[in-house]
Order: sequence, then C-alpha cells, then structure tokens
Amino acid sequence: MTELPTTTDRKMGLVIDLDTCVGCHACVISCKGWNTENYGAPLSDEDAYGADPSGTFLNRVHSFEVQPAATPAQPDPAAQLIHFPKSCLHCEDAPCVTVCPTGASYKRVEDGIVLVNESDCIGCGLCAWSCPYGARELDLAAGVMKKCTLCVDRIYNENLPEVDRVPSCVRTCPAGARHFGDLGDPNSEVSQLVAERGGMDLMPEMGTKPVNKYLPPRPKDQIEDQVDILAPLLAPVTEDAGGFLGWLDKALDKLPGQSSGGTA
Amino acid sequence: MHPAPSVILFTTLSGLGFGLLAFLGLGYPGVTGWVAFVFYAIAYGLAVGGLLASTFHLGRPERALKAFSQWKTSWLSREGICSVAALLVMALYATGAVFMDSHWRVLGIIGAALSLGTVFTTSMIYTQLKTIPRWNMSLTPLMFLSFSLAGGALLAGQESLAPWFLLIAGAVQLAYWVQGDKAFAASGTTMGTATGLGDRGTVRAFEPPHTGTNYLLREFVHVVGRKHAQKLRVISLTLGFVLPVLCLWLPTDSSMVKHLMAAVAVLSHLAGIAVSRWLFFAQAEHVVGLYYGKR
Repeated sequence: MTELPTTTDRKMGLVIDLDTCVGCHACVISCKGWNTENYGAPLSDEDAYGADPSGTFLNRVHSFEVQPAATPAQPDPAAQLIHFPKSCLHCEDAPCVTVCPTGASYKRVEDGIVLVNESDCIGCGLCAWSCPYGARELDLAAGVMKKCTLCVDRIYNENLPEVDRVPSCVRTCPAGARHFGDLGDPNSEVSQLVAERGGMDLMPEMGTKPVNKYLPPRPKDQIEDQVDILAPLLAPVTEDAGGFLGWLDKALDKLPGQSSGGTA
Repeated sequence: MHPAPSVILFTTLSGLGFGLLAFLGLGYPGVTGWVAFVFYAIAYGLAVGGLLASTFHLGRPERALKAFSQWKTSWLSREGICSVAALLVMALYATGAVFMDSHWRVLGIIGAALSLGTVFTTSMIYTQLKTIPRWNMSLTPLMFLSFSLAGGALLAGQESLAPWFLLIAGAVQLAYWVQGDKAFAASGTTMGTATGLGDRGTVRAFEPPHTGTNYLLREFVHVVGRKHAQKLRVISLTLGFVLPVLCLWLPTDSSMVKHLMAAVAVLSHLAGIAVSRWLFFAQAEHVVGLYYGKR
C-alpha cells in the first residue's frame, strides 16, 4: 500500500556538504555505473553517441552562483560558486509515495528508504510530477520510474567489504563531501554533523520533511588589498646570506673565475 | 508542464462524455429507444475514448489494471475506480432506457453522481500537486466540473440550461487564469528556498548538470508556445463559451438552422476546451525548473 508509515525505525539518508563539494561529478558517474550494473532496470541513455544525447540519472550536480548584497562594510562582495549535488531526499512525508496508483512506490519501515517496485510500476509519471526536487526520472527504455535507492543493494550487502557498504556516491566522493548514516539517531555522526554545521532542508515550505540534509557553505574568504594571497609566503626572507653561508659566499667570490648570477 | 496530446485529449473528451452521462442519468433528456442509443453511444464514445487515450502516456500500459488498488491515498487510483463504476452503473441504466423503455431513477442518480465524481477525481490528480502552484488551487476542480457540466448540458440539448452553464464555466475559467497567474509567486518557492542558499544573496543557475536535455526538462519545463498564451486565451474563451452561447441564443424558427447551430456550438465548445486544456498544461510551471534557473 502506498500509505506512508507513521514512523520508521531508522532514517537512513545522506548529508551533503556544500562547502566541500568541488563539483567533479564523480558521484554522478559512480551512481550511474552501480545502478546500471546492479539492482533493477539499467539507467538507459538515448542517442548516446548522436547529436542530442540524454539519459536517466539518479544523481545530478548543479552549480549555482550566489551574489551577496552590497553592504557599507562590503561595498563590492565577491560572488560564490556552489556545486550542488541533488538526488532523492527520502522524505518523511514523501508525496511521490501517496500519489502512486499501483503501490509500486513505498517507504520502508525499517530504514525509511523510498523505493520503487519496478514490476508494479505502470510508468504514469505522477510521482515525478509530485516531487519538488526532480529526484525521479522515467526511464524511456524500461518505461518505469527510476530513483535513488540509497544503494540498498550495497549498504546491507555482506558480500562486500565493510568499507564499501555505503552508497556508491559516498564511497566515490574524493572530497569527502557526502556522508551516509542514520539521521533519526541524534547521536549518529551524520546527525552531529548536521547539528554542528546547521544542516538545512531544501524547499521546507513544500512540507515534505526531507531526511537528507545539506550543510551550508562557509562564508567566502575576504580578499582585501592583497590580491595574491601566496605572495607573502613566496617573498625572499633575506637578500644577503649570513653565518656560514655568508662566509662561504664571500670566500667563493674571492676566488678567481666567473660566478653565474648575483653580484660578482 | 509538457502538454502531452494524450492527456489533453483524455481530459477534454472524457470530461465532456461524463458530463453528458450525468445529464442522461438525471433524465435530461429522458430519452428511450433508438434516440437513447445514439445519446449513450456518443457519451460512451467520448468517455471511453478519453480514458483509452490516457493510457498512451503510460510507460507500461499492460499493467494498467494495477492502478485500481491504491484508492486509500492515490487520486489517480480513485479516478480509475470511479470511472469504471460510473461506466458500469450507467451501462445498466442505459440498458433500461434503450431496450426496456424505462428509467430506473435511483440507478440514474447514482450513475450521474459517479460520472461527476470521475471528473472531480480527475481534477484532484492535478489539484493535489503542491509542486505546480498553478494547479494547486480550489479553482481547479471547480473549473473541471463547470466545464463538464456546461459541455454535458450542451450535448444533452438542454437549450435553456446550457447557455447559463456555459457562462458560469467561462467566468470560472477567467477567475482561474487571474488567480493562476499569481500562484507561483504566492507559493513562496524560489531558487533561494530550492537551494537553501537564498539568505546568502541572489542565487543564479551557473551551470546545469549536463550539456544536453533530460526527462525533467522535457516533462516539466515547457516554454515553447507560452508566448502566445494571451492570444490563445482569447481564442479559447471565444470558441469555448461565447460562440456556443451566441449559437444557442440565435433567434430562429427553422429546426434545420437550430440543429446546425447546435452542431456548431458543440464543435466550437470542444475546440475551445481543447485550447484551454493545452494552456492548462503548457502554462503550468513546476518548481523543479528553479534548479535549472527556468520556469
């Protein structure tokens, strides 16, 4: 049934650090790879080598520019570029589940993961319409709805080494910008990270109560008069050598012959 | 939203068909025999034709039967059940009218209620979506129901009733456009809330996630044709409501002219509603477009 559970035992989800994400899209590629080769219908591409390629992805990275307003203290604030990975947020009040006419969409009681039973999906697309985040995409080859499974076939998979039992995107992220854990447990690492860094919901006004949280980027460093921030570190500490090197320098100068460079 | 022809056809035709069934169920007109057969054939042609058209936008139409199971939460499921119930009950009622020369009144009233219930559940599929502010209004079901009643009255040949139903439907249409144009701004959803970055400054989409297009953009961000929206609104209002009312109010004694005018009114109304339904989809803006800096 597509009724939502009133509570779930755990709230497994992702915490995405917008301060750390470098926008490399490695999570996008590893997600596509894992979810094409494993559980469910493969994520197909259309016209992959043609003029107008497109395909199904469960995770996409947007890039936004934020221009702060000018203030008396900062008359000309610098814009900030923020890379923004977006996938299913495994909402507590997931509208995609309740609109489903066949019961193919469901939210699991044991861990809160929102899944699609592909053999029940009629591909009507209504769940994608109801999702404010664009987390669901209809696969044109299979005719069924695809979405992030939180790599349900990895996280409990005892055939994998323990270090790999996290979603593919989390395992792959070279910057450590993605964290996986139980957001229903206030003592979990992810919950503490959210508390510490002021983790936020996307479109809270939609009332979806997303489980996934986003950590806001830290304020951009101030560039004051000094444009080249490395210059102070690169400047020579002293022009004239002292001590033993100074003596050696002078002694060598006294020897006959040409010295290359410096004052000879 | 992408204005899929299958869904426009479905909502236009089946809305009209179920409107006619509602009038027939209530006994307006209380026809029997061959005349009843023609009326019911038209009503079923429109209602069932529309329902069949709607299955064309499914990815896996062969599993459509599964859609009857989730009536507890899903308006789409409720619509499916309601439409089948309406068609079955009205089929029984039609059998009485066509072959037995009798109107089973209670059955007809139940059938009429189920027919209008089908139109209502269809409208709720769209109304429930918070993600599309232009649809997420109480005027949406009002619009679907008033269109269905106006079209039904017109097809049922209710000369005195139809013009008033048409005028009411036209007024609801105007109100829907006025309120709908303000809906997205009133929803409070912006690129700022979508990204959570709004309190830091002005958010601009710098780079999309991919160089090409994708399912989300094709399905939810439809910009082509919106620029003609105002012209299309005038066309829709004129064809859908003004012209049919003029046709019905044309003073004439010749029954030939009267029938011709009725036919013009029906076709004009159908075309006007189709244009209105095209706009209903093409102008609907899904909040997911904000992630792409688009509407």
